[in-house]
Amino acid sequence: MSKSNKSHRLINLFLTFLKIGILTFGGGYAMIPIIEKEVVEKQKWIDQSEMFDILSISQSTPGPVSVNTATFVGYRLAGFWGSFFATLGLVTPSFFIILLISFFYQTFLSWEIVSATFLGIRAGVVILLIDATIRLKKMMKLTPLTIAMFLITFLTISASFFFNLDLSIGSFKISLSIILIIVGIIIGLVATSLTKGEQKQ
Amino acid sequence: MIFFELFYVFFLIGLFTFGGGYGMIAMVSEQVVTRGWISDTVLSDFVAVSQSTPGPFAINIATFVGSQTAGVFGAICATLGVIMPSFIIILIVAAIMNKFLHNRYVKGALIGVRPVIVGLIFATAMSFLFKLVFQASSTGNLYVPTATYRQSLTIFIMLLGIYIGYRKVKKKSPNPVALLGISALLGLIVFWIL
Repeated sequence: MSKSNKSHRLINLFLTFLKIGILTFGGGYAMIPIIEKEVVEKQKWIDQSEMFDILSISQSTPGPVSVNTATFVGYRLAGFWGSFFATLGLVTPSFFIILLISFFYQTFLSWEIVSATFLGIRAGVVILLIDATIRLKKMMKLTPLTIAMFLITFLTISASFFFNLDLSIGSFKISLSIILIIVGIIIGLVATSLTKGEQKQ
Repeated sequence: MIFFELFYVFFLIGLFTFGGGYGMIAMVSEQVVTRGWISDTVLSDFVAVSQSTPGPFAINIATFVGSQTAGVFGAICATLGVIMPSFIIILIVAAIMNKFLHNRYVKGALIGVRPVIVGLIFATAMSFLFKLVFQASSTGNLYVPTATYRQSLTIFIMLLGIYIGYRKVKKKSPNPVALLGISALLGLIVFWIL
């Protein structure tokens, strides 16, 4: 690939993911169909089956799915700098819009009409979270072990919210969520190695 | 130093975010609210703001907390922090793509982490619901009803009815932006009537 060709590709990656960053509301999974349409159908950068692999990996690695996908697609097309410009493009619209909002946030909330609106919206957010729980529960295999892990997480985190637990050693704050996630990973790994043992017998 | 702390806290949050962004709210609450960077109410409001603006929740919340805590440079540090784990991990994984995807231990770890994420999200939902109705009293650790608990409960029950009805009829989740629009409208109506 010639030099001008490569920089042309980097600019194109940046602009495509900039567009994706502007167009996707709600983030996360809402972004996937739009990324697919741009990257597979319009730009024809990668084919459908490779896109499917990339999306599976983006969902199985830590971090926001859309950032993972942008980094991955960028890497496949133009290596490290491809990753860099794709991710930069994706993040730029969010960054400036939220920065603008954060400057005027306090002023907005002091208006009575806005505070009335937020009275309703706060209840709406609870419904959104309940809905997310129901949707994700479908992807979870219901076994005594997973139900127990769900309940332990729910009760521990609820208790820490309720009692305003602040677990810290000096300036280091212990995160119960992170501990629980690590426990989940370990249980998953142990369960996998146990089933492997059974298959061998 | 605040800039380094913002970077570090959001790096940690980025590293332990799996699947969607809602699972990270509990973590943001633990790390950010207890540091006094933003309040629980602001966090709950911001979930709605983030739903109604473009971009992933993780980026939005990092930019917002960074900016509220330490201005534009704070926003840059927090946003870089939340992206960095993704960036590094994906660069490594991209090099060994196929082996990684079909590794049964990777799949096993993911299956193990799922109930924890669901538990985190449900706990967040219940704590946000609790905080619609109760607030910590100024004396000690007791909770007292909020000034707007009647309005909040009325709206919540109406929305729950609409939500259950929608799921029964359409057999799918409602569009989040439409749901928040209805919530805002109910907020306005109930606020002026009750």
